Amino acid sequence: MSKQVQQLDRVVIRFAGDSGDGMQLTGDRFTSETAQLGNDISTLPNFPAEIRAPAGTLPGVSSFQVHFADYDILTPGDAPNVLVAMNPAALKANLADLPRGADIIVNTDEFTKRNLAKVGYQASPLDDGSLDGYALHPVALTSMTVRALAEHDVSKKDAERAKNMFALGLLSWMYSRPYASTIRFLERKFAARPELVAANTAAFKAGWNFGETTEDFGVRYEVKPAKMNPGTYRNITGNAALSLGLVAAGVRSGLPVFLGAYPITPASDILHELSKHKRFGVTTMQAEDEIAAIGAALGASYGGALGVTTTSGPGVALKGETISLAVALELPLVIVDVQRAGPSTGMPTKTEQADLNMALYGRHGEAPIAVIAPRSPSDCFFAALEAARIALTHRTPVILLSDNYVANGSEPWLLPDVDSLPDLRVEFATEPNGEDGKTFLPYLRDPETLARPWAIPGTAGLEHRIGGLEKADKTGDISYDPANHDFMVRTRAARIEAIRVPDVEVEDPDSDARVLVLGWGSTYGPIGAACRALRQRGLPVAQAHLRHLAPLPANLGEVLGRYERVVIPEMNLGQLAHVIRARYLVDAIAYNQVRGLPFTSTELESMLEEVVKNA
Amino acid sequence: MPEPVAVKLTTKDFKSDQEVRWCPGCGDYAILAAVQSFMPELQIPRERTVFVSGIGCSSRFPYYMNTYGMHSIHGRAPAIATGLSVSRPDLSVWVVTGDGDALSIGGNHLIHALRRNVNLKILLFNNRIYGLTKGQYSPTSEVGKVTKSTPVGSADSPFNPLSLALGAEATFVARTIDSDRKHLQSVLRAAAEHEGSAFVEIYQNCNIFNDGAFDELKDPGTRDDYLIRLEHGQPITFGKDGQFCVVHPPGAFGLEVRETAAVPADEIVVHDATVDEPAYAFALSRLPGFDLRNTPIGIFRDVRRPSYDSIVQTQVASAREKATGTPEEQLAGLLSSGDTWTIL
Repeated sequence: MSKQVQQLDRVVIRFAGDSGDGMQLTGDRFTSETAQLGNDISTLPNFPAEIRAPAGTLPGVSSFQVHFADYDILTPGDAPNVLVAMNPAALKANLADLPRGADIIVNTDEFTKRNLAKVGYQASPLDDGSLDGYALHPVALTSMTVRALAEHDVSKKDAERAKNMFALGLLSWMYSRPYASTIRFLERKFAARPELVAANTAAFKAGWNFGETTEDFGVRYEVKPAKMNPGTYRNITGNAALSLGLVAAGVRSGLPVFLGAYPITPASDILHELSKHKRFGVTTMQAEDEIAAIGAALGASYGGALGVTTTSGPGVALKGETISLAVALELPLVIVDVQRAGPSTGMPTKTEQADLNMALYGRHGEAPIAVIAPRSPSDCFFAALEAARIALTHRTPVILLSDNYVANGSEPWLLPDVDSLPDLRVEFATEPNGEDGKTFLPYLRDPETLARPWAIPGTAGLEHRIGGLEKADKTGDISYDPANHDFMVRTRAARIEAIRVPDVEVEDPDSDARVLVLGWGSTYGPIGAACRALRQRGLPVAQAHLRHLAPLPANLGEVLGRYERVVIPEMNLGQLAHVIRARYLVDAIAYNQVRGLPFTSTELESMLEEVVKNA
Repeated sequence: MPEPVAVKLTTKDFKSDQEVRWCPGCGDYAILAAVQSFMPELQIPRERTVFVSGIGCSSRFPYYMNTYGMHSIHGRAPAIATGLSVSRPDLSVWVVTGDGDALSIGGNHLIHALRRNVNLKILLFNNRIYGLTKGQYSPTSEVGKVTKSTPVGSADSPFNPLSLALGAEATFVARTIDSDRKHLQSVLRAAAEHEGSAFVEIYQNCNIFNDGAFDELKDPGTRDDYLIRLEHGQPITFGKDGQFCVVHPPGAFGLEVRETAAVPADEIVVHDATVDEPAYAFALSRLPGFDLRNTPIGIFRDVRRPSYDSIVQTQVASAREKATGTPEEQLAGLLSSGDTWTIL
């Protein structure tokens, strides 16, 4: 029986289940298959902080959303077209996000009286008509998987656990995905246990064949490859891209990379990834705490390495004193803050952009540093290189503000030509720089960058002492002189302002917009998608997105002045908007949301529509 | 650990041009002079020597050494020095700290540096008081200490720094005294030769806020009866006439002091700094009370364990050996690893 094949331009699927159901892996595999096909992709995992919350409960629901299309897309999608719900909790937690008519595939085996009661269903939603507006596909995923594996030499538990592969097989069939990479993946993952390779492969194929034979799924879909620039691609998460960016910074600078880190969600993956790349001269140290992590990184920088520390907001709070020391020492240091919802422990697995104030101002004394933010998962690679460039060239700490959304989200990445990456080579001081030809002045500055020489221990003739006490200009000797302190404070500020950053670019295709949307960091995708949608409807709107938050691009004031209204959407209560208002005296509209989730492009679209129509 | 090279250096070479600004009469002067005159014998060039300190009176130390140096932040010197030492095996890295810096605000970093066995020489100047903040009690002050912050006496029990270091399984643990230059230098010598963390407690007099804290150990009239001078391989006896000795009574958990005359010679403990089990050195560290009687000085423990630095460096080096191609080629390979696809 051959089934009808329907062409779609885009699809959003959400896999949802218990934390232990393997939904992240299922989503990952589906994404990889989709990447192989050449669709553009954007993904969003959403999982609880608890490793295994009680089974079947709402707090235990973990989900993975993947958006794929035959054109270039910017977000993981606002509303799923398809929900795979492995249990009642997954259905209940996600149903509100689904538009009417969406496909819902449920694992009926889990819809027991007990599981329904756990999440407060009086009657089964599969039977009470409450899902009438949706295309409901009840599938006995667990029992069919177990039956399919009856002949396999695996325990009942292992057979049941393979149900995610059954689901993946079914979805792969529905959307005509190539699955060779998944089979290869299973062979790698279970290399030590061939019986599990066989069982999981069989479960996958059973799911595929079920789709092909059952009458419940009358239509099969295809999404054609997207038109993408030629080249080699891989799908990559923000944390992985950031890690590779740091490795690349080591290669391009010729310096060893030293990472000091303390495990913290959602930054730990960077520590895991970098610890695999020792062959690039990368040293990773899991320190005793956040303070030691940055201390060790700074010590390594002092010794001539590229010192890096990775953390999330609570860790940055602890590192503040050492960042100030690095400001006083004027040494390179990269601090990666993968932001999560705060304050305090907050919601560790949810996203937010609320550490901007801390990054800009969160230190004692006048302690300006550079701050940059990536706009998308693959952009984390280039942002890491840029952070390293600024740190090395200008001998300053740089905070790189990633967030949970870009860190765990993924997208296809056109691999760059390594030789085209920025040259980050630095020159250490080797000779005395005093006028007498014998003295070394550790705080004699480069006239252009105002950076001081980087004289690393081991260099004969340049022995000198540095520290947190205020230093006299040029000599670096301890100084309590009032005029010197005033001069040094202003010089440290001027040093940061002297950093050359690219002008901010404006996307305004018809140059007729009167409203500018200004964003920074991970809101790029949703803002961009909203702007495109408005333009398609004939409503002009301009978009500018900041990578450099300190110093700000030189042309930003001029750009802001071109528009009648400036709107700043942020996942905080208006932190960038404050900066813009204070610095440029622009009456910007702050649009804010702190729900632990990225903006949807539809909500931004309707908000912007109002502004554009009234401008 | 840096290899010594034949360089001719003198005490003067290690003096920086900075005016030393401790209070007149401070014990830190004696330690500084002892270190400056000891450094030349290591035959390590000045540029390969780094002093890292935290905050406190003792932490001004690096400014006065004509080597590389960093005066960092309160308590964090061991962490900063760890990053430096791990990434630069060619350097000789010394940490100078005090009882407040190392044991209060920086206690965590100290114990972790010691357990890791980072290749640091840690000199803890213990004066049992906060000097730079003008006279509050410290984590080594005796219970009931009356200070500006404890007008009716402190309520908390002090740390015994050596017990703490031994609890962290430090591989080299020693104690010496600011005023005994010869002893101080002999301990520094052994510390410098040790691979891994060397922890040296130096009793140091703060003549402004806690004057005379260690007088019994210095006064010619009392010191011989108070001090136990540990010497590897020698029976532990002390007192003006060797009238006291250290024994390990059967059934007791620790060591005890007895009159030598009342103990058969073969029951006197023979000091062995190389005992792997830290319990022995720990028992030694518990001998003195706060009256300073029975205070051992010298090397309590000196055992071999690979340093954290060497393990980490070996991991990186062996990974690098396996790598082929230029760094750029390797990077290109890394970027394109995993599932990739090509669009023509």
